[in-house]
Amino acid sequence: MVSEAIVEVRNICTRFGTAVVHENVSLSVLRGETFALAGGSGCGKSTLLREIIALQAPVSGSIKVFGQEVLGLDDEAALPLRRRWGVMFERGALFSSLTVLENVGLPLREHTDLEDGLIDEIAALKIALAGLPPSAGAKFPNELSGGMRKRAALARALALEPELVFLDEPTAGLDPLSASGFDQLVKNLKESLGLTIMMVTHDLDLLWQVADRVAVLGENRVLGIGTMDELAQAEHPIIREYFYGTRGRAAREQTWKQK
Amino acid sequence: MIGTSTQAYIASVAGESTVHCRGLWVLPHLNAVERELAGFSWPAGESLEIDCSGMESMDTAGAWLLYRTRHKLEQAGKTLTLMGLKAEYSALMGMIEARGTEVSVVTLSSPGWLEQLGANFFAHMGQVTSMLAFVGEAAMAALRLLANPGRIRLRPLLYNIQESGFKAMPIVGLLSFLMGVVVSYQGAEQLARYGASIFVADLVGLSMLREMAPLLTAIIVAGRSGSAFTAQIGTMKVTEEIDAMRTIGIAPMDFLVLPKVFALMIAVPLLTVYADVAGVLGGMVMAKSQLGIGFWEFLDRFDDAVKLSSYLVGIAKALMFATIIGVVGCFQGFQVSGSADSVGQQTTVSVVQAIFLVIVVDAIFSVLFSWLKI
Repeated sequence: MVSEAIVEVRNICTRFGTAVVHENVSLSVLRGETFALAGGSGCGKSTLLREIIALQAPVSGSIKVFGQEVLGLDDEAALPLRRRWGVMFERGALFSSLTVLENVGLPLREHTDLEDGLIDEIAALKIALAGLPPSAGAKFPNELSGGMRKRAALARALALEPELVFLDEPTAGLDPLSASGFDQLVKNLKESLGLTIMMVTHDLDLLWQVADRVAVLGENRVLGIGTMDELAQAEHPIIREYFYGTRGRAAREQTWKQK
Repeated sequence: MIGTSTQAYIASVAGESTVHCRGLWVLPHLNAVERELAGFSWPAGESLEIDCSGMESMDTAGAWLLYRTRHKLEQAGKTLTLMGLKAEYSALMGMIEARGTEVSVVTLSSPGWLEQLGANFFAHMGQVTSMLAFVGEAAMAALRLLANPGRIRLRPLLYNIQESGFKAMPIVGLLSFLMGVVVSYQGAEQLARYGASIFVADLVGLSMLREMAPLLTAIIVAGRSGSAFTAQIGTMKVTEEIDAMRTIGIAPMDFLVLPKVFALMIAVPLLTVYADVAGVLGGMVMAKSQLGIGFWEFLDRFDDAVKLSSYLVGIAKALMFATIIGVVGCFQGFQVSGSADSVGQQTTVSVVQAIFLVIVVDAIFSVLFSWLKI
């Protein structure tokens, strides 16, 4: 594997008023890997993700994506970078006035000069790749179930052929069956499209099944970073609690059985 | 060269059955690729080979184009063999081939104009009946509440009076003052011609108190508060807060609708009185500057010209308008369905409908009062 860092976060400090969220957080995501940010609720996972995709600015530090500094970029300057990555938001963030097909086709219509017919076909292909039936294309987001909405959001994130995909809580709010379907989908897409994936999750199954490396955030910093097996050996009490609580144990045992 | 075609992305040599794909089959170049494919003259033979070894890069969209082209040719009776595909792209191609048959563009079929007309008709009729149902429901809830006044929610009521009434005072005051100025100014010229300048007090007094002040106040309140009610209730509906409220056992009618409607029923008549004062003041100022009628002279005539009934008619209308604005604003809020778009649409409908109904009711009142000789 080529170990070129696609996302490089250095010494990020974030504060909201007096509340400290990040204190010198550093990590990097390598090309071709599935990297997960884990940690308890409110530990600043999603905030860090928003900072990396240039939606929010930290107080200090540096974030490089594809070797380019994203901090301080305005929307116009960030556009070339944003076209190279796709983002799937936690609640889908599909445009409610457009059908799923139009939602997926929108980035293509906006940023390419392809004909409408071809755009619709590519959008339909992305919808199929995300595991949705063709009929879902004609539906509006509020007519879809939670799991379908996530898949539609993933299809839209993949619309512009990104090299890097950010997933915010991809399995939150899904039933276990849909969630494990999603695990498999992310795995397949990553392998066949050669994606680099960075996701925020506290779904332990997803961490065990899909993530190559995991960073655990807590106490405003990175508590541990490494493969799940490495982290399982870690001494830090929060990490231990995270992995060896009842739910953590169940997810780990399941992975052992599968191995 | 007959049968030979050489382009940037796809090429063939005359007499050979191998077609070479090359270059970047990726999204930014896809338009050019598609154009070349459309204009490409395929070799004549039954079985063709597509050599992809010259392809520098391919993404999903490029793979889809290749798959589609191949599929089309195969349907035309040719046999195609794909070769030389780089290892990292064969997984991609495999996935497209596995999913390819499922890909179909399904779009919403738009109905014909007759169907659209029918659908619109029934939608509007449905709205009329559900509006009546809503009015009935609100009236029942209001009666229940009045029978048991201890259950009136004072805090939201006072909050709404502050928001819809108190905070509207500057704009209502300014606009009615200007309206008084305008009426007085328009009248002054005509009245002065007949030497009847003093009747400007009648003109300003009657038109402001009976018509202008209640109508102006109602229109401003419909724009300020009616729209706010719709947007608030609509957004709460989208975020399922209304459902949550029902689940907890709080009737949205008691909690959301009645405090708003009652607040308007208290605030709008008060605002109208205030608008009366501001409007007459504007008329007085103009009468003094244009016609030289002093304030005391004006008020003296005003006292004779305007009967108590004119003032009360204005207040009664204001009360009616307030009810209309409150009920329409809340009703349209509940009509919101699902999307952010819908919130915007219903808010527009709410303001337009409220102003429309206010003016219709005003016209009915005018006819009614002239019958009753009030």
